[in-house]
Amino acid sequence: MSSFSVTEPSKRSKWFAGTLVILYALITMIPLAWIMLTGFKSPADAISYPPKVIFEPTLEGYVNLFTQRTRQTEDFLANNPPENWRDEIVRQYDMVIVGPSKFGERFLNSVIIGFGSTFLSIFLGTLAAYAFSRFKIPLADDLLFFILSTRMMPPIAVAIPIFLMYRQLGLSDTHLGMILLYTAVNISLAVWLLKGFIDEIPREYEEAALIDGYTRFQAFYKVVLPQAATGIASTAIFCLIFAWNEYAFAVLLTSGTAQTAPPFIPTIIGVGGLDWPAVAAGATIFLLPVMIFTILLRKNLLRGITFGAVRK
Amino acid sequence: MAEIVIKNVRKEFGDFVAVKESSFTIEDGEFFMLLGPSGCGKTTTLRMIAGLELPTSGEIYLDGEEISQRPPSERDIAFVFQMFALYPHMNVRRNLSYPLVSQGMPRRQVKAKVEEVAAILGITDILNRPVGGLSGGDRQRVALGRAIVRDPKAFMMDEPLGALDAEFREHMAEELRALHDRMGATTVYVTHDQLEAMQMGDKIVVMNNAVVEQFGTPQEIYDKPASMFVADFIGSPSMNFLRFEGVVAEAAQSVNLAGQAIGVPRLRQGASGHLVFGVRPEHVTLSDTGGYRGEVLASEYLGTTQIITLDTPNGDLKARIDSTQTAKVGEKVGLSFQAPKVTLFDEATGKALRSELNHEVLAHG
Repeated sequence: MSSFSVTEPSKRSKWFAGTLVILYALITMIPLAWIMLTGFKSPADAISYPPKVIFEPTLEGYVNLFTQRTRQTEDFLANNPPENWRDEIVRQYDMVIVGPSKFGERFLNSVIIGFGSTFLSIFLGTLAAYAFSRFKIPLADDLLFFILSTRMMPPIAVAIPIFLMYRQLGLSDTHLGMILLYTAVNISLAVWLLKGFIDEIPREYEEAALIDGYTRFQAFYKVVLPQAATGIASTAIFCLIFAWNEYAFAVLLTSGTAQTAPPFIPTIIGVGGLDWPAVAAGATIFLLPVMIFTILLRKNLLRGITFGAVRK
Repeated sequence: MAEIVIKNVRKEFGDFVAVKESSFTIEDGEFFMLLGPSGCGKTTTLRMIAGLELPTSGEIYLDGEEISQRPPSERDIAFVFQMFALYPHMNVRRNLSYPLVSQGMPRRQVKAKVEEVAAILGITDILNRPVGGLSGGDRQRVALGRAIVRDPKAFMMDEPLGALDAEFREHMAEELRALHDRMGATTVYVTHDQLEAMQMGDKIVVMNNAVVEQFGTPQEIYDKPASMFVADFIGSPSMNFLRFEGVVAEAAQSVNLAGQAIGVPRLRQGASGHLVFGVRPEHVTLSDTGGYRGEVLASEYLGTTQIITLDTPNGDLKARIDSTQTAKVGEKVGLSFQAPKVTLFDEATGKALRSELNHEVLAHG
């Protein structure tokens, strides 16, 4: 005896949907898993054919990622015994560690620029979205379209003007320059997304706060902001992912001080001759902040994306 | 507590005029109803008193002070929203405390005051609950509590019972009225429900198409409507309009309907052309002696009374008669009208003609 229900899916369709989701997850996660595994392989294992799934894990990739090494004569190596486990690893190749690599710095740059531009996009975006949502602004629709139109071509299409402009303004290879650039790209997305979220918040909440003796600004940050938190969180994730992963502008506009991790990681390939484990280690570490940020905000993200669809 | 005077207030939104020059006075301690169909400007008027909209022109006095251009926080007026607008990220206690915190009241005093108000409204047991899971009635009480907690000069209520289901509405209406009587605070209440307005209000302003149609006590508005709109809007079923063409002289005491002289209150104003004879269903009686006749089309049984629909020479007419009387469909019956209760209207202007019945009411409003 089987019963039919409009809202409750049948066992078979649940099973089917579950299998599909797991299959999809596996397909998308295999490359990630492969990168993470490669980070713990030795260079020989990393390029062996057929590929090795079972191997002896080593931290070589991570050591190579974080250090600079030079090859030494046998005399030198004999007179200077390895001081720690990191030295031992590089000794296999007759090398010694001469100092830290630039990866730490570049990673820090990514953090500063990624989170800095995300914060700025959200800060400006929320204020603009609130104004568009609540006040009568002359030509509001045209302004909103204009803001969106900045996303209508690939940002890289304006790379040369920006390159020249930044050189003139002294913004090339500076943290501020990169923060401003990523904010400029992200702000249209932020304004549009956040306007949608703020439109969903009934005006009565603010009006109640105004009546209760608060100023417009107090009503905004005490009543509207907490309501918009889910929207802000999901917008922040989108902004961060863009700024964090951006490659083309980073290659073009940064070379030293403000270089972010994405253009740096591939340069590792050249240093010690196709050092895939080090590249994979760099990619793994690079993935972590966005992953953690997304996991922390994941409840908000899910609610945020479906916001408005099911409310009321 | 305060008197509110509205003087020639007008509000435009771009090209749209939401409220045309309107004036009325809300006396101290009154339960005052703003009544009208949706889009008539009643909510805009209420929002202007509260400061959520600024009038385009005109003045609003609260306790003798002109406040029309002040921000809401400087008016000391509380507002109860139709959808309650409780702060969703706060629990009941914090919702109630919020207006007091903004005044910088010390925490202990806030706590005492909130508990006092919660006791009045019977919501002490839900003080620590989030507002999300509350029933409609409890939300309504919390919204009221947030309004009364800071002892404002006046309360504005925008269809506060509109979001409740019918059964609970009645109960809440009584509770509201009792609360008002206990506190004696000036209250302005917006509604589109004429029954609610009649039942609860000390005074009613009837608005239509951005203008004030009539302003007075429920009895005045029901018995002595100033316009056809008011006569039609108030009462259920509404006033009967028997249309006729003719001339009535000043001081006339009857009009000619289908060849019959029908008594009216002594007129103080003459008129001619398309006129309307307005009579409430309960002022119509079926009598075989009446020369004016109609055919029974339908009857609706309402318990103690019944509503009879009749076809007359001047259009359809409804009569509210005792349910013990019988009226068969298709039967022709004589009709008589209680002359002192009749209102005549000029159809062109929609206004009532002045008579012994209504001249005092029409003089002031």
